[in-house]
Amino acid sequence: MTMHPILAALRKHKAGVVLIALQIALTLAIVCNAVFIIGQRIERVNRPTGLVENDLFLVTQQWVGAPSGDEPGGVAKLDTMQLEDLAALRNLPDVASVAPINTLPLLNSSWNGSMALQPGQELRQGQARTTYYFGDEQMLSTLGLRLVAGRGFTAGDVQHRGFRDTTSPAIVIVTRELADKLFPQGGAVGKTVYIDGSSSPTAIVGVVERLQVPSTGSWVNAFTWNATLVPTRLNANFSRYVVRAKPGRLDAAMRAVTPALYKVNPMRVLDDDSVRSFAEIRDRAYRADRGMAILMGVVCLILLCVTAAGIVGLTSFWVGQRHRQIGVRRALGARKVDILRYFQIENLLIAGAGVVIGVLLAVGLNLWLMSHYEMTRIPVPYVLTGVLAMLAIGQAAVFVPARRASNVPPVEATRAA
Amino acid sequence: MFGYYLDLALHSLKRNKALTALMVLAIALGIGASMTTLTVLHVLSGDPLPGRSDMLYYPQIDPRDDSGILPGKEPPFQLTEIDGFNLLRAQRADRQALMTGGAVPIQPDSAAMDPFYVEARYTTADFFAMFGAPFHYGRGWSAADDEAKAREVVIGSELNERLFGGVNSVGRTLRVADSQFRIVGVLGNWAPSPHFYDLNTGSYGYAEQVFMPLQTALDLHVAHNGSTDCWGNGTGGVGRIYPSSSCVWMQFWVQLDTPAKAADYQEFLVHYSEQQKALGRFVKAPNVRLRNVMQWLAYWQVIPDDVRLQTWLAFGFLLVCLVNTVGLMLAKFLRRSAELSVRRALGASRRALFAQLLIESGVVGMVGGAGGLLLALLGLWVVRHRPSDYAALAHLDPAMLLTTFLLALGASLLAGLLPAWRACQVAPALQLKSN
Repeated sequence: MTMHPILAALRKHKAGVVLIALQIALTLAIVCNAVFIIGQRIERVNRPTGLVENDLFLVTQQWVGAPSGDEPGGVAKLDTMQLEDLAALRNLPDVASVAPINTLPLLNSSWNGSMALQPGQELRQGQARTTYYFGDEQMLSTLGLRLVAGRGFTAGDVQHRGFRDTTSPAIVIVTRELADKLFPQGGAVGKTVYIDGSSSPTAIVGVVERLQVPSTGSWVNAFTWNATLVPTRLNANFSRYVVRAKPGRLDAAMRAVTPALYKVNPMRVLDDDSVRSFAEIRDRAYRADRGMAILMGVVCLILLCVTAAGIVGLTSFWVGQRHRQIGVRRALGARKVDILRYFQIENLLIAGAGVVIGVLLAVGLNLWLMSHYEMTRIPVPYVLTGVLAMLAIGQAAVFVPARRASNVPPVEATRAA
Repeated sequence: MFGYYLDLALHSLKRNKALTALMVLAIALGIGASMTTLTVLHVLSGDPLPGRSDMLYYPQIDPRDDSGILPGKEPPFQLTEIDGFNLLRAQRADRQALMTGGAVPIQPDSAAMDPFYVEARYTTADFFAMFGAPFHYGRGWSAADDEAKAREVVIGSELNERLFGGVNSVGRTLRVADSQFRIVGVLGNWAPSPHFYDLNTGSYGYAEQVFMPLQTALDLHVAHNGSTDCWGNGTGGVGRIYPSSSCVWMQFWVQLDTPAKAADYQEFLVHYSEQQKALGRFVKAPNVRLRNVMQWLAYWQVIPDDVRLQTWLAFGFLLVCLVNTVGLMLAKFLRRSAELSVRRALGASRRALFAQLLIESGVVGMVGGAGGLLLALLGLWVVRHRPSDYAALAHLDPAMLLTTFLLALGASLLAGLLPAWRACQVAPALQLKSN
C-alpha cells in the first residue's frame, strides 16, 4: 500500500489531525515527566538507611522537674537519671540491646556540622558537611551498623556532657562516604580531623559501611551519607533511647517500655508518640513522597484513558464520514485487512508526528522543571518507553473503529451517502 | 432565541450519548483536578493576617563574621539575643516584639491529670496588639512586666478548655516548668496560617498554647525549639542558653504604619549595623533586609514544592482534556454539516449558527463544571484525610467556587470556539446536493 492516499486524506482533516497529534504530544510530555518523578520518589523511599531496621524502635521521653542541662551540677544529675533509664531498659526480657541516641535516620531532627583536616577551618574551606549521632558503646550493635575498618566504641570511650555543650570529642567513627570524601587516598582510621572549626583534634577510630543522616529534606542532598558517630551521652531534660528487641519480640518489648520507665521515675512525660517502631518512623518520613507518587500515577492513568478515548471518538467519526469511500474501495477489490491497515497506518502517522513533538515537549518540560524544582535530567529509557507506550495506545484505540470500518460491505458504494 | 438554541443543543447532545459523556467527563476530570490543587495552593499562599500583614515587617541584620557555614549573601533568618534586645529597646517602630519558640511542661494541680508538654512562645508585650490576637478573657502583659520578668502567662483557648473546661481562668495560677505563673489572659481561637512569625517550627497547622514573657523564659531556662545557627568560637553551655552575640535564634517583628516609616526603619537598621561595626561587633558592611509578611513568606518559599508541582500537573491535565474536547466537538459539529447547511439555506446567518454551537459547547461546559466541582470536593476530602500538616485547611471557599464555574465555562467555550467557527463555514445548501 502506498502512503499517498493516506496523506491526501489527512490533508482533508487538518484540524482533527493536528488536535490528535497535539493531544498525544502533550500526554507524552506530561506522562514521561510524571513517571520519571514517580521513579525518583520510589528510589528515594527504597534507599536503605544503613540500619538493620527490623526489631528496632525509638523511645523519646521528657522529664518534668529535672534540673537544667545549662546549670553546673545539672548535667551530672541528668546523666545519672539517663543511666538509670538505660539500666531499666536493658533489663527488660524482650530487649536485646539499648543505646542512648540524639536522633535516628528519617527522624528529621538533626545536629549538623562540618569536618576539616586543618584546625580552625569551617565548611567554606571546602571540607565535608556531616551530621552527628551521639550514643554509647552499644550504639553500633543496636543500630546494626556494619564496621568496615578500625574498631567500635568501648565503654571506656564514652563521655557525657550537656546538650548544648559543643566541646569536640576525642574520637569518632565516620561513614565510608565521609571517610572517602576527607581521605580520597583511603586509610581514614587513625587520622586526625577538626570538627566545626574547632582547634582541638579528633581521631577517627572506625569506619562504618553506611548510615543515612536524619533529615530527608532536599537541603541534605549534598551530604546524605556523611554521618559521624560520637561516643557521648548528651544530657538534657529529655532523652532518646534506641532499642533493639529480641528477634520477633518487637511488640512485647515496645509494650514493656512505658511501665518500666515510669517505675524508674514517674516524673516524666511519655505519650502515644513516645515509643515508635522504626517502621513507623520510615512510614511517616516518606508519607509525602508516597502520596505524590500515587497522585502522579493516578493522573497518568486517567490522562492515558482520556487520550485513548479521544482517539476512539475521532476515528469513529472519520469512519462514519468515509463510509461510502470505504465501500468504493471494497468494491474495487480492497480486502478487509487493507481497510484495517489503512486506519492503523493513518493512526501510526498521526501518533508518530505526535510523539516527535511530544519528545521535544517532554525534554522542554523536564528542563523547565529542572530550573524550578529539585529535578534531574530525564533518562532516555523513560522517554523511549513513553514513545512506545503512546504508539501502542494509539494502535489499541484505533483497532475497534478500524475493525468496524473493515466490516463495511462493498455494496455501500452503490448507496447514496 | 436562546431557549430555542438550548433546546437544539440538548437535542443534539442526547443524540450521541457516548460522545457527550466523554466530553463532559474529560472537562469534569480536568476541572476537578485543577480546582483541587488550585484550592490547596490558594489556601497555602493565603494572607495569615489580612488587613494587617502589609504593616508588619521582619528586620534582618548581618552580625556574622567572615567564616561561618551560613551560605549566601542574605543576612541570617534570625537575630542574636543581644541585637534582638537592642532593636527592641530602641523602640523605633510603632510596635515591636522579640520572640522565640519552645515547649514547656504544664503541671496541673489535680492529681488526676498527668503533666504534659505544650508548644510555647516566649515574647514581649506588643506581640498580641501587633498581631491582633483576640483575647477571650483578660489581656496581655505590659512592657514593665517584661522587664520585671513577671511570672505571668497568656494561654490558648485549647489549653484553657483542657485545664479549666473553658471557663474564665484569668487570675488563676498555673504551674509551668516548675514555676508558679498567674494567668493574665486567655486567647480566642487564633492560629495564623502559615505560622508566619516563626516558620522554623512548621508552617501550617501550628498554634502555641502558652505565651510567656521572653525575659521570664530566659530566666527559667525553659526549652527552646526552632533553628539555631552559631558561628565563630563562641561556645554554648553553662550559664546562658546560647552565646548572646554569635548565635541567631530569635525572631523580631515590627509594625510600621506607613511606607515612609518603613523606609526610615530600614535606614535605622543600616545605621545600627554601622554603629555595631564601629564598636567592633560586626565585621561585614551593613547587610539589612526589611520584608513585610507576604514578602517574608515568599522569600521563605513557604509553599511546599510538591504542591506547586501538583498544580502544574493538574493544569497540564486540564489542557490535555481541553484539546481532547476540542477534537471531539469538532468531529461532532462537522458531522452535522448537512443539518447546518439546511439551516443556512433557510436563512440562518453564520452568526446565528455560531451562537447555537457555542451554546451547545457551553452546556457541555456547565455540566462538566458541575461534575468538576463534585470531583474537586471529593479531591479536597481526600486531601483533608491525608496526613499532612495543612490537611485541615483544604476547604473550598466562595471565591474558589466562583473560580471553578468561570474556569469550566471559559474552558468549554474556548474549546467550542474553533469547532463552531469551522462548522459555520459550510456553504448554504451545498450539502443538500449530495442527498
